[in-house]
Amino acid sequence: MSALAVLCALLVVLPLILVFFHLLKMGFSSLNWNFFTKLPKPAGEEGGGMANAIVGTIELMGLALVMGVPIGILGGIYLSEYGSEKTNSWIRFGADVLNGVPSIVWGLVGYALAVMPMQGYSAFSGGLALAFIMIPMVLRTTEEVLVLVPNAYREAAMALGIPRWKITTNIILRTAFKGLVTGVLLSLGRVAGETAPILFTALGSSDWNHSLKEPIAALPIQIYYYAISPFEDQNRQAWAGALVLILLVFLLSASVRFISSRRGK
Amino acid sequence: MIGVCFLCVAYVLIKGAWLAMTHFGWSFLTNQHWNPVTENFGALPFIIGTLSSAAIALLIAVPLSIGTAIFLTDLAPVWMRQPLTSVIEMLAAVPSVIWGLWGLFVLMPWLHDHVYTWIYKQFSHFPLFGGPIEGSGACTMSAGIIVAIMILPIVTSVSREILRSVPDLQREAAYGLGATRWEVTRIAVLSYARRGLMGAAVLGLGRALGETMAVTMVIGNSPTIHASLLQPGWTLASVIANQFGEASDDLMRSTLYEIGLVLVAVTILVNIGALILIRSIETPGSRRA
Repeated sequence: MSALAVLCALLVVLPLILVFFHLLKMGFSSLNWNFFTKLPKPAGEEGGGMANAIVGTIELMGLALVMGVPIGILGGIYLSEYGSEKTNSWIRFGADVLNGVPSIVWGLVGYALAVMPMQGYSAFSGGLALAFIMIPMVLRTTEEVLVLVPNAYREAAMALGIPRWKITTNIILRTAFKGLVTGVLLSLGRVAGETAPILFTALGSSDWNHSLKEPIAALPIQIYYYAISPFEDQNRQAWAGALVLILLVFLLSASVRFISSRRGK
Repeated sequence: MIGVCFLCVAYVLIKGAWLAMTHFGWSFLTNQHWNPVTENFGALPFIIGTLSSAAIALLIAVPLSIGTAIFLTDLAPVWMRQPLTSVIEMLAAVPSVIWGLWGLFVLMPWLHDHVYTWIYKQFSHFPLFGGPIEGSGACTMSAGIIVAIMILPIVTSVSREILRSVPDLQREAAYGLGATRWEVTRIAVLSYARRGLMGAAVLGLGRALGETMAVTMVIGNSPTIHASLLQPGWTLASVIANQFGEASDDLMRSTLYEIGLVLVAVTILVNIGALILIRSIETPGSRRA
């Protein structure tokens, strides 16, 4: 019987190993200087790279961060420091439910809220859709981290006469800073790989992005389009792009692990 | 803030779907046609596709996940537990589109060559495995398998938390009564944790329902309802991804919004059910990490 359990564990690990193996095998050889610096070539032509997609992903992550993290952190602060027990449990429940909303729905929301009024696809709307995904995640992780700050800190600060808001910013946030950063990085890692929400908000493009109002390329979108394209050269580039993407995501996860394992505040 | 997000989703989806909803009424959910030219839209193929791929995914993933969770909590040597958990977390970090890419170029051809053709030869008289099968391997079963891989991490980690929260007293009592190791696990742990494990499975279901990119790359994107699992299909999420950019007019776009509404409603209901099941077994004060 326990042999079955071992088999299960092995089967679970197997896909990860396979995926890595294939990513490296098919993608590594395409990672050259061109890939990182050139723009995509028109369909059918060989060569070209994904420079704009790599930059675009980073840019979208930054946008989502700016739009989503403050709201998420503020919400988490509210949950842990203020608010009544009853409303808080509803807010928590709501956040958990929102966490489960399929990402493509956020794409629809972003489309309706940003693309239609702005009459065009834009980096801004892509960032908005991604921010929507980040907000519940950051909210929950922020709250969990802030709750861990010992009450003694709060009480000592209050005894010293420090105003409530200052307690929150100077003492609690400082103590929990590492955890907050961890939560943000985790949600960034999730958002970096999201395709569906940006498919019809940021749209993707084959050129550099020059303003927030223009469409912007991103790694996941580029991988998707190249993967389903009939041109083998583009398929090959899709593998390379996927390798870059997964390295990015794992870099973020690794930094999370690194930060949380360091001792001290 | 959360309220605002909720409102956004509800408002957008309902407003967007209004046109389609008023046009089609409830029959939208049972209509099986999808014809953008004649504007005859129905959601039934996608509902069936979503349900069948999710069912396959659950059938594959839940036993594997619970088995792995048992391994992690009871059977694995202590030095192995953290690395294995990290590996499973890494599985969760892989973006959906990469699973789709791998599924498209690696898994599907392999499945087609080694699995589907064999199943087809043996069982093609059985409608669930009828044909003709696509040469590329794109079918509902492929989608189910890929989604199974994607929900493995979350079902495993939630199951593990549930199994860990079973009080040691239960296990010790069973040992005291002379149960073997497996009997201890089966009787003392699993029956205690049954509701929570169901919750983990339902959580996986919620995730499976909404999976978009990987599915759209391996399911074949065909709006016809086939009885066979070995034939292409379409799911609620993947049809939106596929068609929204090409929606030619307001009615089609509104239809896609309505599909999104159906998807969100179902997902939210499923997730609420899962959360209730899981929370019912957790001790107050230990919230899921």
